[in-house]
Amino acid sequence: MKFPVDRDTRRRWFDVFMSGAALVCVGLALLPLGSILMEAFVRGAPALTPNFLTQPSLLGGIANAIQGTFILIGLTSLVALPVGILTGIYLSEFGKGRIGVVVRFFVDVMTQTPSVVVGIFAYSFVLTLALSGLVPRTLVFSVISGTIALSTIMIPIVARTSEDALRLVPTSAREAALALGIPRYRTILRVVLPSCASALVTGGLLGIARIGGETAPLLLTLGSSREFFSGLDQPIAAMPTQVYQFAIAPSLAENQAAWGASLILVLLMLGISIASRAVIRLRAVKR
Amino acid sequence: MHALRILRGGTRARLSATPGDLVFEGLSTLVALSVVGLLVVITVILYLVAQESIRVNGLRFLTDTIWDSVSQRFGAAPFIYGMLVTSGIALLLGVPVSLGIAIFLSELAPPWLRIPLTFIVELLAAVPSVVYGLWGIFVLGPAMRIYIEPGVQSVLGFLPLFQGRPIGSDVFTAGVILAIMIIPTISAVSREALLAVPDSQREAALSLGATRWETTRLAVLRYARAGIFGASILGLGRAVGETMAVTMTIGNRAAFFGSLFEPGQTIASQIAGRWLDASTPLELGALVELGLILMLVSLIINAFARLLVGRFLRVGEGAE
Repeated sequence: MKFPVDRDTRRRWFDVFMSGAALVCVGLALLPLGSILMEAFVRGAPALTPNFLTQPSLLGGIANAIQGTFILIGLTSLVALPVGILTGIYLSEFGKGRIGVVVRFFVDVMTQTPSVVVGIFAYSFVLTLALSGLVPRTLVFSVISGTIALSTIMIPIVARTSEDALRLVPTSAREAALALGIPRYRTILRVVLPSCASALVTGGLLGIARIGGETAPLLLTLGSSREFFSGLDQPIAAMPTQVYQFAIAPSLAENQAAWGASLILVLLMLGISIASRAVIRLRAVKR
Repeated sequence: MHALRILRGGTRARLSATPGDLVFEGLSTLVALSVVGLLVVITVILYLVAQESIRVNGLRFLTDTIWDSVSQRFGAAPFIYGMLVTSGIALLLGVPVSLGIAIFLSELAPPWLRIPLTFIVELLAAVPSVVYGLWGIFVLGPAMRIYIEPGVQSVLGFLPLFQGRPIGSDVFTAGVILAIMIIPTISAVSREALLAVPDSQREAALSLGATRWETTRLAVLRYARAGIFGASILGLGRAVGETMAVTMTIGNRAAFFGSLFEPGQTIASQIAGRWLDASTPLELGALVELGLILMLVSLIINAFARLLVGRFLRVGEGAE
């Protein structure tokens, strides 16, 4: 009896089948991405009225949440960029010995800590201070608590991306500057940092992209506010927590507002992601 | 002037240790050490706030199945169980798909398609968790209830895992959304592992007359299996810590479940769901103790993953 299809044909068809299966996997990943973007546009766009974009949530808008997110990103960047970049400089330029290994390990552990745990920490930290009378009790749910949480998430990301960026600068550039008699700190500040500026920007943008969409830590620390920013020691609204509150609310109008806020949040986050890659591309072209 | 200094001190080990250098090195060292200090502070603070719960509940916390703020009795067992089951579903569904993507991107796709497609898959990681949650409530949940869960039931309904009336906001939906969320991590790291396979491996298989799939299976996948395994562990690390998308889709019931079509709760979702309602210091302490457990679990998972795939990692990948 002869086998209906010979062995080589079978192998070739199986090859085609497996290639098709791999392609299907790509499709399976793109399906949710496409669906999320499409639903956000279709359900969210009608919610984007002038009133929605300019009024605080007390009056049915999300302007206070947009403002809150920008304030939090600004404050967190103010803390995390200098601290993160200095840590990166230490790791790349000074931390050669055993201490460097330990610092790098701890920074890595911090990048992997679940963000909800960081939220618990920021809340517990301020609560502990408040219970011992060092800070007022109102500070527990406040802009400051939220900034502590987001900074704890952003610092290790900026530290590791800056370290990688600094390491890409060739040693010869440092040696050239040192050979001219320029002190080490000025070599780092005036030669090494400028030549990897775009990589540092990418790292900063990556950090902002991570914290801008964080919800759980803010849910635990911001408190709830339906009005515009009223002080660093007061609760504040933010886009991600606002989306959550709108999403679990029982009314259809609020659910639609959740999609509207999501649309803005997604566009913002995708924009930052794409921008950080554009900076990489720019660098590649310049070289 | 500096040149002079170097000439004068020509034989000294540190040619240019100006005061400015010492200050700068000191400052950056101090900042770096304070970042280490921050992690120590985190651990100490979590322990301090959880202390009351650790003292009252003891080891029973890990096995007790009741979470009741009226009788002030707190146990973590259903949440640990929920975390394990949802992460298990996520891996079961997410790993094969991610592997398919990695194979397509590194072995099969035409060169002009690789970069844009890699970028688009990575965009899945840029969508905020809360947006996944929103999509889970209003799009995926209903689709699960109406199409997918009855479909699965009609095939595998004889298993106790798939019994009961599908409700759409249950453990299975949370697992599916986790699977989607860990795909970018696993596929990116697996792709790096596949790209690290030397071309001589592929050429050897091809020269023996292997088809493209046979080459991939015999020469590429076998060579990269440690990296692929590590990538999956890394995805697991992301899944256990994921909070908002799970909180919004899992149905939030603090109890054991027999069927995947029942609501449940994970450690992370219990923390997010109960946090603002915690009425006593003991309940707050119990939630913080849950956080400590979560931190420990993700630390172990990520350390293991790093051991396997550390060289393929870029910053920011890993647990959320």
